[in-house]
Amino acid sequence: MKFDRPATTNPIDQLRVIGQPVDRVDGPLKTTGVARYAYEHHDAAPNAAYGYVVGSAIAKGRIASIDLAAVKAAPGVLAIVTAENAGTFGKGDRNTARLLGGPQIEHYHQAVALVVADSFEQARAAAELLRVNYAPETGAFDLNAVKGDAKPAKVMSDPGDTAVGDFASAFAAAPVKIDETYTTPDESHAMMEPHASIAAWDGDRLTLWTSNQMIAWGVGDLAKTLNMPKDNIRLLSPYIGGGFGSKLFLRTDAVLAALGARAAGRPVKVTLQRALLFNNTTHRPATIQRIRIGAAKDGKITAIGHESWSGDLPDGDPEAAVSQTRLLYAGPNRMTATRLAVLDLPEGNAMRAPGEASGMMALEVAIDEIAEKLGLDPVEFRIRNDTQTVPDVSAKPGDKAAPAMPFSQRQLVECFRTGAEKFGWSKRSARPGAVRDGRWLVGMGAAAAFRNNILTKSAARVRLEQDGKVVVETDMTDIGTGSYTIIAQTAAEMIGVPLQRVSVRLGDSRFPVSAGSGGQWGGNNSTAGVYAACVKLRDAIAGKIGFNSAEADFVDGSVRAGNRSVPLADAVRGGSLQAEDGIEYGDISKKAQQSTFGAHFVEVGVDAATAEIRVRRMLAVCAAGRILNPKTARSQVIGAMTMGVGAALMEELVVDDKIGFFVNHDLAGYEVPVHADIPHQDVIFLDETDPMSSPMKAKGVAELGICGVAGAVANAVYNATGIRVRDYPVTLEKLIDRMPPVG
Amino acid sequence: MKPFSYQRATSPAEAAAAAARVEGAKFVAGGTNLLDLMKLQIETPQHLIDVNGIGMDRIEPIPEGGLRVGALVRNTDLAADQRVRRDYAVLSRALLAGANQQLRNQATTAGNLLQRTRCPYFYDTNQPCNKRKPGSGCSAIGGYSRQLAVVGVSDACIATHPSDMAVAMRVLDAAVETVGADGGTRSIPIADFHRLPGDTPQIETTLRPGELITAVTLPKPVGGTHLYRKVRDRASFAFALISVAAIVQRDGSGRVALGGVAHKPWRVEAAEQELPRGAKAVASKLLANATPTDHNAYKLPLVERTLGSVLAEAKG
Repeated sequence: MKFDRPATTNPIDQLRVIGQPVDRVDGPLKTTGVARYAYEHHDAAPNAAYGYVVGSAIAKGRIASIDLAAVKAAPGVLAIVTAENAGTFGKGDRNTARLLGGPQIEHYHQAVALVVADSFEQARAAAELLRVNYAPETGAFDLNAVKGDAKPAKVMSDPGDTAVGDFASAFAAAPVKIDETYTTPDESHAMMEPHASIAAWDGDRLTLWTSNQMIAWGVGDLAKTLNMPKDNIRLLSPYIGGGFGSKLFLRTDAVLAALGARAAGRPVKVTLQRALLFNNTTHRPATIQRIRIGAAKDGKITAIGHESWSGDLPDGDPEAAVSQTRLLYAGPNRMTATRLAVLDLPEGNAMRAPGEASGMMALEVAIDEIAEKLGLDPVEFRIRNDTQTVPDVSAKPGDKAAPAMPFSQRQLVECFRTGAEKFGWSKRSARPGAVRDGRWLVGMGAAAAFRNNILTKSAARVRLEQDGKVVVETDMTDIGTGSYTIIAQTAAEMIGVPLQRVSVRLGDSRFPVSAGSGGQWGGNNSTAGVYAACVKLRDAIAGKIGFNSAEADFVDGSVRAGNRSVPLADAVRGGSLQAEDGIEYGDISKKAQQSTFGAHFVEVGVDAATAEIRVRRMLAVCAAGRILNPKTARSQVIGAMTMGVGAALMEELVVDDKIGFFVNHDLAGYEVPVHADIPHQDVIFLDETDPMSSPMKAKGVAELGICGVAGAVANAVYNATGIRVRDYPVTLEKLIDRMPPVG
Repeated sequence: MKPFSYQRATSPAEAAAAAARVEGAKFVAGGTNLLDLMKLQIETPQHLIDVNGIGMDRIEPIPEGGLRVGALVRNTDLAADQRVRRDYAVLSRALLAGANQQLRNQATTAGNLLQRTRCPYFYDTNQPCNKRKPGSGCSAIGGYSRQLAVVGVSDACIATHPSDMAVAMRVLDAAVETVGADGGTRSIPIADFHRLPGDTPQIETTLRPGELITAVTLPKPVGGTHLYRKVRDRASFAFALISVAAIVQRDGSGRVALGGVAHKPWRVEAAEQELPRGAKAVASKLLANATPTDHNAYKLPLVERTLGSVLAEAKG
């Protein structure tokens, strides 16, 4: 199905099932332990041996020699895979570093060997006997030190730099201005389920049970890495214990499980031990961001400039931290710039809302800083600088001469107004450090939330079985987001059956290729693909029983038109009916800018003595198209808000720039929020449908929820204490010297 | 994890004798720290002696008017004991500030005292660490040291002791009772139990080879207001950046010990004379010879400010 014009009324608008806060259909499977995760397919591969990954002990250099003798002699060892003995293997299109290092080592904990044994304990014990002699080389590990060498870099398909009007003159002439530099640290996804895979060969055909957000990408890159045809690979990833972007790509576990199984001559399972997750996989790269904003006395932005520096391995990508600044606030004179330095740290890549999450951490503090200089309430300042058209026309190449591009929907102002009222923003003291509650200094902060909505094609297969069941098959993944549920709701709505009659099968490369899960594009696109397949199935059903599907209603297990009603069962008397189709987008995304908007409000307490910061309550107001399931959407947003608190207050992969690695590579050293850190969260979804987004009229929301949170927290800390911290995470040692005296 | 042999002990004395007999033997009780370290090949015992199930799991009054806490009393039970909550509240509060409920259910009194450091370099077997591999060097000095020690450090090691419980026991003047390999028993004042790193950071206590902790005794209650303040980046399940254990009497006198600043619970009795003069005076004595790094210099003002807050709270 081609989607190239705004959606009109369609069966989804009935909202009998869609839009209802139904429980997750996969919930009971997960709470009872029935859902099998990547490492748990004992039934499918009952005799799997265990692989244990050995990570490089140096950050950069070469393996001079590697001694396998003691490992080979260890009890239970079946095979050892190293770059030396693995035969020719390549690298996936989406991988920057190779997934099995040697002789060249590109980063710390890059895999150098897989030890395969009968038991996990044997594999681990044997792995510890591996002797690798390294010839280390010096590397670059400190972003600040190499910032001057950073080069201009493109941001995905967009330009890295943009310019509109005359930023330099306008900024110089602005009566009120700020020029500040902010830093965000490297962060780890730190999801619950580590990367894990089981590989089984049948001749030259490979089956891989894994934990991967993007099935088709995984198949493609695995085929390329192993130099084999894609058709000979079956990849299954039905349940995923969190990804946040770390499982967008093929990783070490999958490649080494495949190589290990080939070497051992039997299925092999590999999970990355927790200590490897931080340096072996990808992470959100650190940024240095300079923001300059000039404003007129009336509180209107006249000049806004945002520059970002980040680092990555050679041929890597920058963090797209300036993207939102091209779209969020008005202002006639603008510039953005993206610079990328070479660092020999592990590979930087996507983590929940890549680009915006980091960029908003800086931008939304800068906005508060200029508002304060103007003597304006920071929420009022944001409202005053709203725009209903894309302010940075140069952000869209080729569109320079085009008339101003509208947003398909933009309710940023409504988000702020609603949130301010619900949160009690009017009670905020404009003077920082003025509110005290016992030992706590109390402050409120706000920030915009912003994240683009991405359209990408997605296909599905839908079948009406003779027993009345509707089966949906697509290679879409559910990374804990609720994909199973909203897909079931879509099919139930379209075919007119109760939710319980719909069976959804996901995460199998034998199913039609979907959008996959990432960039908050999964929900809208994958359900739109299911919608397309359901339209086709409705045609088939209607044809069987003599209806014109365009005029028929599919309701309560029947097809109805006029005064005629026929049970669905009549259509499948001769056998089940199946349809396959997908959604494909024309140039509709070029007709209007599709973005999602929100407003975050946070209240913090800062211990007056210790400067410990604790969040007291949070509110997010989101305008993100039709909310397909308010319950699963809310879960996504509160999870994202929690992650934002982590980014604001504690998450930091600490770089040891002598050794060249992230030091705190376990969950004791890399802290993420615990329940006690998150006492109260509210989410409000504004009523919105976006006919430009898809027949579902939905957009992404899962990443919107993190964008801006950290800025709101930092702004609240400032409001509580009068201390502005521009280097994340905002930890007590950055406040302690400026706190008021104790007592 | 290296393969190891395993035995269940039948009595404390027999456990101690076995430990002295078998080279590379270690006791295991709750296992909350040891098993993690074994999986990471940081601890590589040849032989484990399981001391669970041989008694030592009661909290009993002693004739002198204190409590004898068996080595195997779980942290949860110790924190919840009515006598502890009434007479040694600082201990109950310290225990509840540590770890999480599941770990406290499993962790024992003796095991808590013997926790190894949480220095990140100790945890990475690729990196030099004098504590893990004597003589290999210290990666933390000149490395990442935000969490690490500011007093009592050496050129060999700047690790901290991670226990909250031990800080409270230090302020309570507890004593560690043991049985040795020869069957002899002794009582070690908590002040002498943990060592500073010096040139031998791998030796963390004054226990002798094979010596088994059987109990910790808490002396007669001293009254006063008991407070434990743990400062950390998140609200729960985090190791202390610093912590303060305090017992403050109505007349303003009292005792203070610090966690998170040294290789052992940190108490300087002379500093307590300064209590009437306030937190600044006490902190300056407590941290008199501090040698912080750039990363952990914040601990000095943090100690003083936290102490100030604790003393204010004690006044009510």
